[in-house]
Amino acid sequence: MKTVIKIENLGKKYMLRHEHQERRYTALRDVIMNSVKEAGRRLFKRGAVKNKDSTVEEFWALKNVSFDICQGDRIGIIGRNGAGKTTLLKILSRITEPSKGRVSSKGRVASLLEVGTGFHPELTGSENIYLNGAILGMSRVEIKKKFDEIVAFAEVERFLDTPVKRYSSGMYVRLAFAVAAHLESEILLVDEVLAVGDIVFQKKCLGKMSDLTKDGRTLLFVSHNIPMVRTLCPQAILLDRGKLAAQGEAASVIEQYLSDKNEIASAAVEFIPRPGANVSFTRAWITDDQGNLTVNVDVLKPFMIGLEFQVISLTANTEVTVVLENSLGVKVLFSSLSDGNNKEFAELKPGLRKTSVWLKANFLVPDRYVVRLYAHHPNTYVIDAREDALRFNVVETGSTMLRYGQGANNWCCVLGGTKWELNKK
Amino acid sequence: MNPNTNSDYDLIIEAGRTELHYWKDLWRYRELFLFLAWRDVLVRYKQTVIGIAWSVIRPLLTMVVFTIIFGKLAKLPSGHVPYPVLVFAAMLPWQFFANGLSDSSGSLISNANMLTKVYFPRLVIPASTVIVSLVDFAISFAILIVLMICYRFTPSWHIIILPLFLFLAFMVSFGSGLVLATLNVKYRDFRYIVPFVLQLGLYISPVGFSSSIIPEKWRLLYSLNPMVGVIDGFRWAILGGNEQIYWPGFIASSLVMALLLLAGLWYFRKTERVFADFI
Repeated sequence: MKTVIKIENLGKKYMLRHEHQERRYTALRDVIMNSVKEAGRRLFKRGAVKNKDSTVEEFWALKNVSFDICQGDRIGIIGRNGAGKTTLLKILSRITEPSKGRVSSKGRVASLLEVGTGFHPELTGSENIYLNGAILGMSRVEIKKKFDEIVAFAEVERFLDTPVKRYSSGMYVRLAFAVAAHLESEILLVDEVLAVGDIVFQKKCLGKMSDLTKDGRTLLFVSHNIPMVRTLCPQAILLDRGKLAAQGEAASVIEQYLSDKNEIASAAVEFIPRPGANVSFTRAWITDDQGNLTVNVDVLKPFMIGLEFQVISLTANTEVTVVLENSLGVKVLFSSLSDGNNKEFAELKPGLRKTSVWLKANFLVPDRYVVRLYAHHPNTYVIDAREDALRFNVVETGSTMLRYGQGANNWCCVLGGTKWELNKK
Repeated sequence: MNPNTNSDYDLIIEAGRTELHYWKDLWRYRELFLFLAWRDVLVRYKQTVIGIAWSVIRPLLTMVVFTIIFGKLAKLPSGHVPYPVLVFAAMLPWQFFANGLSDSSGSLISNANMLTKVYFPRLVIPASTVIVSLVDFAISFAILIVLMICYRFTPSWHIIILPLFLFLAFMVSFGSGLVLATLNVKYRDFRYIVPFVLQLGLYISPVGFSSSIIPEKWRLLYSLNPMVGVIDGFRWAILGGNEQIYWPGFIASSLVMALLLLAGLWYFRKTERVFADFI
């Protein structure tokens, strides 16, 4: 097979500034202030202080990554949050440049890091098809040729002259994906874009994507959705903290990803707030019923998932949701802030908010779980998502499933205190 | 299979590598440029009753105020030209410059989403926003024609050279727009500087008065403001023989314009590869 992408020693460095974390951008006055301070320090201490600004820290989002991709490969890129998956795609699609190393590629590269980039709410469906197509790199002739196909795929024939701001979110996503899916390119880079949309459409998109590779096109697919990677990609790459941890057949790479032995007992994690998001998660942790941090939860005892999130301005229609996913990638639980509030959205005041989500004893089947966190406007817009926020294990200590051994999760997801009544006759 | 040699790849991505195909790429993305300009024009005039009215009212009111202050109260000379026409001939390039500069300097920030999600030559964004102010220019130009008819003022053959001066105005607007757009990505406080610069510039540029009232010995220095050259050029083209071009000044202005454009392009190109990391 011919190599179409050759990645050698790729590295990407970011500078993390710790000082003003609440500020989302640099202002020139800070830069001037800092350099004056720096100059003053040099002047008075005569270069005795060699320590550089301690508030700036180097962070390698990607380090020494090398691999080759052959023509027609369908490769899934998996890894935890912050493993460097999106950074890799951004470098490959030339959105940002690497700090080190080199990428050589052959053929037209199309990237789909988000559906509907550049969609303008005031423009109509057909206007947005042209605009979005142009942004993705299609020519007008090309779009014209594919126009009917795109419209048919998105199932929006009747709404072509309607501004997309009046579209339902499903229609919006369908149209956006349809444009991207009809982009003719030799190499297609796709980031977690199918997390949106309904199941039927997701299936259709997956079908379209695997069709694309049938005629010799190459696909790189980033996703947290393991079942999706499994169905779409025969091969996978595992990234771990910026480094290449595994590459090869999807099944074995996924196995390694799930049974990540060296994962630190990360019972509490901190997040950098999403820039621009009104509500964003800052911390998440898991404790047992005594309040001790843990990643191994006793099936017979209740436990708590703690969340801390930052609210910038008062909002009354934001939902905060916790989703638990088991080791088979099945979403077991969907629970939201409004659940305990009689389905009314709580009013979130600016500042740091904390919530505790209590899970019952004897509820989750012993298994490995991933916690996903979402702050969203239900059905319309996700403000902040942490798809792989925390991981924990529910440990078998004598539940009713004990007698079925290791594979209890093959049978069910929850134990649930079901009440049985036996007819006494 | 044979191992590929370097020449088999048509794209190499490396740190600090300046794009060989940059200008070719830019040409390839010319349609995106048109689409973005088209989008901005469409959005601007869609759903806004005041959209077009606004681009009529603004230059008209400014013209009225300037005519009263500079023409009637300060009694500045205007040659044989009606004062409103003198002012409006300068309002045209000034509005074009001001709109172009303020739109393009904020363009990268307002299109941040695109910058972080898709590749294209970033130059397309500020360039397309400057084009949008051409539409406003066209509207203002129509007002000027009406104005000239009202005052029974006939322009000379000079007017056919107007596009050249319009191009110069574009250069100033685009060049400074590039510098400010780039600075804006890194240092957001520049968005407060732009309106201030524009407000100040309106008074230091010869918009409300003819630049011939500047004393001869200061004239060359005054012409270092590139808008002086542009405005003088516009007046010369529209008002015909009534306005003379001060050539040393015009050449100085043009040099500053060229420098501004080159500096803008250089700075933009230097920084654009890391826009996505800062924005």
